Amino acid sequence: MVPDSIAATGPAASGPWRLALRRLRRNRVALAFLGLFVLILAFVLAAPLWANEVAGTGPNKTHTLEKIEVNGEQRDVVDPTGQPIGPVWLGAGGKFFLGADGRLGRDEMVRLMYGGRTSLFVGLVSALITTVLATLLGLLAGYYRGWTDTLISRTLDVVWAFPVLLLAIALGLVLAVGGLQIGPLHLSGGSIWIPILIIGFVSTPYMARPLRGEVLSLREKEFVEAAVAQGAGSLRVMFGELLPNLTSTIIVFFTLNIAANMLIESALSFLGVGVQQPNASWGTMIAVGLELITSSPLLTILPGTMILLTVLSLNVLGDGLRDALDPRSKVRFEAHSGLSAPEGSETIDGLAP
Amino acid sequence: MARFLVRRLVGMVAVLFAVSVLTFLIFNVIPNSDPAQRMAGKNATPQLVASITREWGFDKSLPEQYVTMMRKVFTGDLISYQGREDVDERIVEGIPATFSLCFGAAAIWMFFGILFGYLSAVRAGGWLDRTLTVLAVTGISMPVFWLAAIFLNYLTYKTSIFPSGGYVEFGEDPIEWASHLILPWVTLAILYIGFYSRVLRSSMLDVMNEDYVRTARAKGLSERRVMSRHVMRNSLIPIVTLFGLDVGVLLGGAILIEAIFSLNGIGQYAYEALKDADLPPIMAITLFGAFFIVLFNTLVDLAYAWLDPRVRLGASPQ
Repeated sequence: MVPDSIAATGPAASGPWRLALRRLRRNRVALAFLGLFVLILAFVLAAPLWANEVAGTGPNKTHTLEKIEVNGEQRDVVDPTGQPIGPVWLGAGGKFFLGADGRLGRDEMVRLMYGGRTSLFVGLVSALITTVLATLLGLLAGYYRGWTDTLISRTLDVVWAFPVLLLAIALGLVLAVGGLQIGPLHLSGGSIWIPILIIGFVSTPYMARPLRGEVLSLREKEFVEAAVAQGAGSLRVMFGELLPNLTSTIIVFFTLNIAANMLIESALSFLGVGVQQPNASWGTMIAVGLELITSSPLLTILPGTMILLTVLSLNVLGDGLRDALDPRSKVRFEAHSGLSAPEGSETIDGLAP
Repeated sequence: MARFLVRRLVGMVAVLFAVSVLTFLIFNVIPNSDPAQRMAGKNATPQLVASITREWGFDKSLPEQYVTMMRKVFTGDLISYQGREDVDERIVEGIPATFSLCFGAAAIWMFFGILFGYLSAVRAGGWLDRTLTVLAVTGISMPVFWLAAIFLNYLTYKTSIFPSGGYVEFGEDPIEWASHLILPWVTLAILYIGFYSRVLRSSMLDVMNEDYVRTARAKGLSERRVMSRHVMRNSLIPIVTLFGLDVGVLLGGAILIEAIFSLNGIGQYAYEALKDADLPPIMAITLFGAFFIVLFNTLVDLAYAWLDPRVRLGASPQ
């Protein structure tokens, strides 16, 4: 967008992070989508406020047989044919702003806000799990090489060879029924932590592989040699020398991974093996909405649009962060199936805006 | 070369073995998944459950059960727990629909992905590039099943422009075959078009900055020749790689798309089997899918070495 020459004539550089921040601030597209993401965040965080103060109902509360007054006129929340009321906007003082969600007559607006909390929470926490696991595995495999690398890489190969969605669904299916027992910790079948753990686990190889590649090349650099010469042990080299040099890559991966994981969450929830009813997530809301898609298409369109906007803003933001943090080396990681292009594709790129 | 192939072949078999063991374990070690109980139904007598357990060999040790199941997968004798169908037969029946979906969508996404990526890179920074970039990121940011449902609602239920779901054999009626597949093709392709055009754009921008491109221009080659012979040829390498990997994944069945458009392929079979927690078909489909993934991973490595002479197969870290 803005030519790099401005950076060259700007005030003296004060550290790579500040430089990156300055570059990010100049990327107006990325900033606009950061703003959109903040808006979405505010929207979902305001859920209890809207639910208590305006709508006067909870996300899972049903109103099947109730009537509400819309602009002075009594109307069924769910009419006798099972058709839910459409958007009434402010006609009922904020109640059923976007109508009801189906036969159960739950407030669509309230569910959309609470559902967003769930979807974002699942995406965020599972991305944290993926990032921590992938960073540890990448560091260990890339630093120790030899049989440690072989063991880790082959294990990742096995998860990689699985059709991802099939693996996630199979795990979701079994765990959603049976729950999960890890030592003293018991997770019941409907727990939100089950999809979080599954998604965090299945995305790991897609991040660990490229990180391992980067560690492999970093550990040959002089600064590692210097640290070893000063008597640094393995742990210090890994976490004190290598990890700081991976930070910018990890930040970009993390952002894009939230986006990718939110899409997996929506697919799992849609198939009934992710977030469990009656809890709302944008994915389960699409599943509920689909039953009435011909008569009330809005119930499908709304939650899907929220996913689209959230994932879109995270993807654009991730791209912007990548350009800002390391404008010359391109980290090729896409929030899609997670497949990355072959390693070693680091090249100078002066033409990209 | 021969040594590389042998090593990769052994590696493929080992990975497939591990995948099968993992799948088997998921359904046998985690509690609440006693298949005899599920087959017998909710109100079954203990005698019925016991006889089913004996009949299907659920009382044998796990390794024994695993070996029996794997033998049946490869001899074609595998029977599903629910409905007692011949699993391998159902998979073979699903192949035409799944492969039609995969290759048709692949043709669309390769064409538009390369076209859009090329236009973006050539006009980098301009309005066309920005528009295409926005469209591409939007394409990869949508839940694919949601887009499918929206298309189905507005283009099939509301307006009947396209026929509703189902798969028609190509041999039966090629026009019906295509018209039933257009929506699934387009839905699937949109995701990949966004993805491929972005990858191609950035790889072209990388290549355009290489010294050999400057040399080609300096020695007076026409812009067209520089683009086709020097830039495109090298920028397409990552696209070829991705294409192999993505086709490998899709040949194992596109669960969401097939389920929404009821295409009766392998993906839909997987969806049905997963709903019933029916291990035999899940095992066979997982292995079927994993086989293509592993196979195409190897093919990609071979293609990569062939396209880029700098890569030596023996020294490949993967």
